[in-house]
Amino acid sequence: MGSVLVVVEHDRGSPAPATLEAMTAARTLAGQTGVDVEALTIGAAADDIAAELGAYGAAVVHRVHHELLDDYGPEAWGEVIAQAVVALGPSVVLATGTDRGNEFMAQAAARLDAPFCANVTEFRRGETFEVTRVRWGGSLLESATVTADVHLASVAHHSTDASPAETPSAAALSTLTVTLDPSVARTRIVARVEREAGVTLATAPVVVGGGRGVGSADGFAALQELADELGGIVGCSRAVTNNGWRNHTDQVGQTGTRIAPDVYFACGISGAIQHWVGAMASKHIIAVNTDPQANMVTKAGYAVIADLHEMIPAITEEIRRRRAG
Amino acid sequence: MKRVPAPGAKINVTADGRHVDTANLGFTMSPHEECAVEAGAQLVEQHGGEATVLTLGPVEAEEQVRYAVSVGMQRGVVLPITDDDWDPQRTARAITAAVGELEAADGPFDLLLFGNESADSGGFQVGIRVAHALGRPMVNGAKGLTVADGVAHVEREADAGREAYELPLPAVVGVKEGLNLPRYPTMRGRLASKKAEVATIEPTGEPGGLVTDRLQSPPERVSQTVVLGHGPDAAPAVVDVLEEIGVL
Repeated sequence: MGSVLVVVEHDRGSPAPATLEAMTAARTLAGQTGVDVEALTIGAAADDIAAELGAYGAAVVHRVHHELLDDYGPEAWGEVIAQAVVALGPSVVLATGTDRGNEFMAQAAARLDAPFCANVTEFRRGETFEVTRVRWGGSLLESATVTADVHLASVAHHSTDASPAETPSAAALSTLTVTLDPSVARTRIVARVEREAGVTLATAPVVVGGGRGVGSADGFAALQELADELGGIVGCSRAVTNNGWRNHTDQVGQTGTRIAPDVYFACGISGAIQHWVGAMASKHIIAVNTDPQANMVTKAGYAVIADLHEMIPAITEEIRRRRAG
Repeated sequence: MKRVPAPGAKINVTADGRHVDTANLGFTMSPHEECAVEAGAQLVEQHGGEATVLTLGPVEAEEQVRYAVSVGMQRGVVLPITDDDWDPQRTARAITAAVGELEAADGPFDLLLFGNESADSGGFQVGIRVAHALGRPMVNGAKGLTVADGVAHVEREADAGREAYELPLPAVVGVKEGLNLPRYPTMRGRLASKKAEVATIEPTGEPGGLVTDRLQSPPERVSQTVVLGHGPDAAPAVVDVLEEIGVL
């Protein structure tokens, strides 16, 4: 039985935060049948990541260098992974369940004409290869059996806590040669606008989210003030973006951003399942709502039954008072 | 485009755990595809030509196809299926064949638009498989899309910011919600959709390697909600919690 190969997601050498979750899941999976975890880094910029991959259990790190891999391109990455599968013969290939991870794995699967399981939370490897994967954004779980020569899957973000191996080792390095047709350059990045420094919805330690109860675009000013006070960021529900009060980039939920802050203030948010699945990885949820029966109130760790327009400024004021005091 | 239960609905499973219980569920276009349909309508308004909406689904999906016509599509095509055993590989094979049939009759589409992923199965791959089978470039996650001089200009969000791609036509783009705000149908659009001819193509395609055994609801998150108080007087209790958690 072949190894478990992890495709390391990175952006010009900066590893995706979820990469180590995939390494951890791969270690558990490899342990079920006593095979090695190996890693694949695509592009010379990723060479520096190799040492850390050993600490997370990679026995070998296969590096791929090519002039068409200076920057990310879904077709190029898919082609590299497909060629790596042929050359290395792994039985399982894993990546992170991010948009990019799912994209390049689907590209590889298309080339290999193999099944691909996106956003897996559990693997069972015995006579058959079985997975549990997220459907409806997490509203349902699917148990599925996969029949294939090589099993391609992504690990659902936040479903595994990244942890280093108990006995870390220095990964052996190898260089894998690939042949890339220039046509893969059709989908290379041609320009980018770097995000301004600071927290993002996906990485913020505090998210102050507003829903339909905020009532207007102007109503978010108080939420912004609280977010600023806590070094956080403002998020919103789908109802808010549908009303045009906030940009879709602020939307938390199944078709928006999945968040995992230390604290999520859910203000005037009923807690429809689509929003809940985007917020449920939050470590603590404080709901502010006039309706004590709202889904978000009954699912939150803490709740205040109050009008958010009175409550949020009062919280901001109390924080300032204590800091001044 | 895919017919899915309306977002926000509680999804229940049939007693045998094999299917979604569709009783009491409303259906709609999957949210990302709704934005893809809007993008198609806008491109036709800007550049002329016509847009076709295609779905693989139960015969009832004709309802969503007609809705798409009411908001700007000119033609509709349904690939009717009678069972749930359409894994992503099989679905992509059927759509690839259907696109080939349509293109053989009327010439190639400049652009194929898909949703980034469907709201129900969340497979992230049907569009990519179709693009590869047709030998066309594709990027997923489009939050910006314009077409000029035979090139599709695509922008999307990434951890580091926004990134841009230029895909020579014919191309394939996976659209993400947020690209635009889908319009509502006009009365004229509704009337046009009732009269529109919706073509049927029998889907063909060998099954892939993924077989769904069971669907289940995830364990309920049991939360003993601590009510910190009622009204603004609860502010000190909230801030106490923030101090306990360590964010203050």
